[in-house]
Amino acid sequence: MSGIWTIARVTLRESARRKLLWMALLAGGVLLAIFAIALHLQVLQFQGRSMSPFLRYQVESGMLIIGLYTCDLVAVVLTILASIDTLAGEIGSGTIHAIATKPLARWQIFAGKFLGFAVMVVVYVAVTFWATVGVAHAVAGVMPVHALRGMLLIMFECIIALSLSFLFGTWFTTLTNGVVVLGLQGVALMGGWLEQVSGFSQSAHIVTLGVISSLIQPGESLWRRAAYEMQTPLAGSLRFSPFANVSIPSMTAVAYAGFYLCVVMAAAVYHLHRRDL
Amino acid sequence: MPSSAHAVIETRELRKVFGSQVAVRGLSLTVPRGEIFGFLGPNGAGKSTSVKMLLGLVRPTGGHALVLGSPPEDPQVRRHVGFLPEDFRFYDWLSARELLELHGRLCGMSASRLRQRIPEILELVGLTPHRDRRLRGFSKGMLQRIGLAQAIIHEPQVVFLDEPTSGLDPMGRRTVRDILRAERERGATVFLNSHFLSEVEVTCDRVAFIKHGEVVAEHELGPETANDVRVSVRARSLGEEVVSGLGRWARDVRPTAEGLSLAVPSEEVLPDVVRHLVAAGADIYGLARQKTSLEELFVDIMGEDPGL
Repeated sequence: MSGIWTIARVTLRESARRKLLWMALLAGGVLLAIFAIALHLQVLQFQGRSMSPFLRYQVESGMLIIGLYTCDLVAVVLTILASIDTLAGEIGSGTIHAIATKPLARWQIFAGKFLGFAVMVVVYVAVTFWATVGVAHAVAGVMPVHALRGMLLIMFECIIALSLSFLFGTWFTTLTNGVVVLGLQGVALMGGWLEQVSGFSQSAHIVTLGVISSLIQPGESLWRRAAYEMQTPLAGSLRFSPFANVSIPSMTAVAYAGFYLCVVMAAAVYHLHRRDL
Repeated sequence: MPSSAHAVIETRELRKVFGSQVAVRGLSLTVPRGEIFGFLGPNGAGKSTSVKMLLGLVRPTGGHALVLGSPPEDPQVRRHVGFLPEDFRFYDWLSARELLELHGRLCGMSASRLRQRIPEILELVGLTPHRDRRLRGFSKGMLQRIGLAQAIIHEPQVVFLDEPTSGLDPMGRRTVRDILRAERERGATVFLNSHFLSEVEVTCDRVAFIKHGEVVAEHELGPETANDVRVSVRARSLGEEVVSGLGRWARDVRPTAEGLSLAVPSEEVLPDVVRHLVAAGADIYGLARQKTSLEELFVDIMGEDPGL
């Protein structure tokens, strides 16, 4: 097991030394500042109106969800960009040869690298999530309903993206891996929005298409479940919001994402074990 | 041929096919403990694929390989194996000391042992002044040195080196040569894949020539053969029985365009060789002593460069 920790530690250090992580934190900071200014302007605008505090809270709560959605998107993109090179690049360049000939099974190398990136992603999500929540609370006094559940679901979505990046990293070159994983993320986004739109249009065909897309990559359904968990029932029922509770992924969808993660990880480990390096 | 009883590396009919291309056709070789073994062949002969199969990096299509008596993919075997890949590269943001610490830990070395071993090995490869410098700033030669250091930091029983002197200046090559000899003195077996035939000639105990994915010849280079005399015989009417009869005096008898090339333990036996050939009906036109370098032997065995 010590080999896994050694690989995890060096992977984490590698992530920390990359400019990508710091740029993502910087981008998160800039987005947070924009979010804080926008929320502050909204609060100022409400102060000039005779609006009930209850309704005001619902609108500001809706804005918080938009801020958290931005966190979610940046975290998923960071996860993919940071990890697409780790297996694909090291296999392509032969860097992995010096590690794969050490007294470690290949699954241990895989597990160590995955653990290192997972820690990085989890810490990134935790920092940006609570920073956004903290700003929203300080500026407008709003809080997510189930903040912890929401954060864990966002982390889960990132871990799904990470597992796909590792799976295709055992098959393809860095560039191809990036295209495939980002493409699948696009499928997930499309699935999520199709399911959302289907709630308005009532089209069974669109629902089916959305469900199939979410089965291919269930990451976005986790975000929509997170949005459902975090926003107030009234804010969720506001039909003008892109995160309205029109089509809420069930706990079965969350369980499917767990099953999906297990299958992807098993396939990645199996392929890394079988392939020539 | 060394017996397999004390073989450290043993392959039988090892074969690797990539799609329709046969990279290794049927590699059979045995390397005993404590030997520096040279693995020679032209580009594309299957050397790197063979080494990768011996390290468990590439899965054989057929045949089998044993390293220290076990399949090479066994992690327990790898505890006793070191490897310097060709064109060694690693995380360039690590310092030399950090890289050795990482590889030492992966080999299961304790922190206290590493504190003692890292300065030793840095001194051995001549990188002590650069111990805290990041690999990003290392030259090709320095990377080779640190790559060699990570391969032997855990004092393995078998060391696979793929072009260890590539990119090194003469002093660096001499350092590598000294390290390889020290490894042999320690009892380690060294499997050396190199294009520098002059280096191989002065370092290796034995070499195998690989062509089209199979061993076509093996040759002793150790001190026990240093006094061998190689002789070329210009002759005709050399039947199979004539040649096989030479085994009494000569070894490594090879047919040439003009007759024969053979190695004898001393010049004293040459009259007996000539008498045997004449008695067997061969027409002798000349006999001359040869000084064959490994390079000449290589070209002789492999044939001329067919070009690209």
